[in-house]
Amino acid sequence: MSFDPATLPGGGLGWMDGTGEQAGVVVSSRVRLARNVEGYAFSGRAREGERLRVLSQIRDALSLIPGAQEGVMVRVDQLDESDRLLLHERHVISKELAALDTHAQPRSGAAVHVGRDVAIMVNEEDHLRIQALRSGLDLDRAFADARDIDVELGQRVPFAYHREFGFLTACPTNVGTGLRASVLVHLPALVLTKEIGRVLVGLQQVGLTYRGLYGEGSEVIGNLFQISNQTTLGKSEQDLLDYLQDIVRHVIEKELEARKVLLRDAEYILEDKLWRAYGTLRYARSLSFDEAMNFLSGVRLATGLKLIDGLSVYILNELLVFTQSAHLAAREGRALTEDEASVVRAAFVRETLERAAQ
Amino acid sequence: MLCEVCKENDVVITVTEIDGNGVRQVRLCEQCAAERGLQASVSAPPAAIGDFLQSVQQHIPPSQTDAVRCSFCASTLRDFRQTGRLGCPYCYTAFEQSLRDLLRKVHGQGQHRGREYSAAQGALEAPIPVSPDRLRERLERAIRNEEFELAASLRDQLRAIE
Repeated sequence: MSFDPATLPGGGLGWMDGTGEQAGVVVSSRVRLARNVEGYAFSGRAREGERLRVLSQIRDALSLIPGAQEGVMVRVDQLDESDRLLLHERHVISKELAALDTHAQPRSGAAVHVGRDVAIMVNEEDHLRIQALRSGLDLDRAFADARDIDVELGQRVPFAYHREFGFLTACPTNVGTGLRASVLVHLPALVLTKEIGRVLVGLQQVGLTYRGLYGEGSEVIGNLFQISNQTTLGKSEQDLLDYLQDIVRHVIEKELEARKVLLRDAEYILEDKLWRAYGTLRYARSLSFDEAMNFLSGVRLATGLKLIDGLSVYILNELLVFTQSAHLAAREGRALTEDEASVVRAAFVRETLERAAQ
Repeated sequence: MLCEVCKENDVVITVTEIDGNGVRQVRLCEQCAAERGLQASVSAPPAAIGDFLQSVQQHIPPSQTDAVRCSFCASTLRDFRQTGRLGCPYCYTAFEQSLRDLLRKVHGQGQHRGREYSAAQGALEAPIPVSPDRLRERLERAIRNEEFELAASLRDQLRAIE
């Protein structure tokens, strides 16, 4: 089945607009709620029939919820690998649901319902992963989006809930609120000043954790860190969100301080480095994804410091999304080898920057 | 406070170590933590806590409770220790005692304080229902083994549910 992401409400990219608080440092805020339907084994243990029944129950319930009716249900188990990768690159589905490991096959019944602000994965590790994404630092709005759907769905489908343990999940690390909130931050100055190690150790000391751009188990590229809560039980949703937001604000402050220090103590070195990054992106004829991410990090910093004019956070976010391999392949309308992708990527980056400079 | 290993730098991290003598806490500076592979390196984010949980669980010596089986999905506590994942919501009732301790360790607290959900409240305190798929499986097995009396009773139960 071929799949056109343009059919998704907002392309699944509502978070990309570059608005929101602290948009110079914070790319996006994400909240996800894990829920399971009572009366079935969790997805990993359930049989095909059970997963399909969960899916049809969810589909029926969503069709009755006013705000969810405009959404689109995509059967991930019926997509080929390149389309699954595309949805993963858009952060609409997780690596696990997309089954991207070698020889992995998506679970039967794996699906995602994409609405304007909320995407609901069905038959991931938990039956439901309700996730909302917002531009900039805005956990409260992201949470409100996810909670609205959670409340509506919970009235139509019986969720597995325990008076003591809260919402029950396949992994005990998600039990209770089932809430994982994360903020994607760009921290180039903390990396350049080598302060980052201390900050990251500090995060773990205060009970938070961090990951790369693609969530659990992914490496940090382009100086983009996803900071998130680690525990889910014993605190209210609001307390978990407030705590994370406070610490993230602290990290943002540190990053802004480091930027000032760099400008003060190494202005021409920094400027040279950032303009070189821009120059490479503007004229290179072949770019690997990691390379593109690193130079884009430099240009994002330069834009934040107002060293380079004419670029918006929106354009930088666009480059972040559309330079990924499945997106380039979709643009070209064919599968690309790694070398071909590097050439197409460089051309796309050049065109985008050229357009922005006019 | 000074690092317990080098006794020179300030403590930045407290590590819980588990060995043959039990659990103890060690306070380390950034450098000594890094030497033990604990530094939050930029290229390698910490392992997912679920995986960590799984690795810790695998080192717990087997005990009698390992064989306890959830009557809904037939998972055992041993399965959980191996995969780090429970089989179904009813596992929380079946393995309640072991999980209660584990949840306290993982989350620091054991009582849910988030959104209360009333539609299903109390449902898990009722007897655990039997899954139709499990019944069907048992029915097939009974027929294969020519246990026709059992098969008839299972078929009746299945009809009652469906």
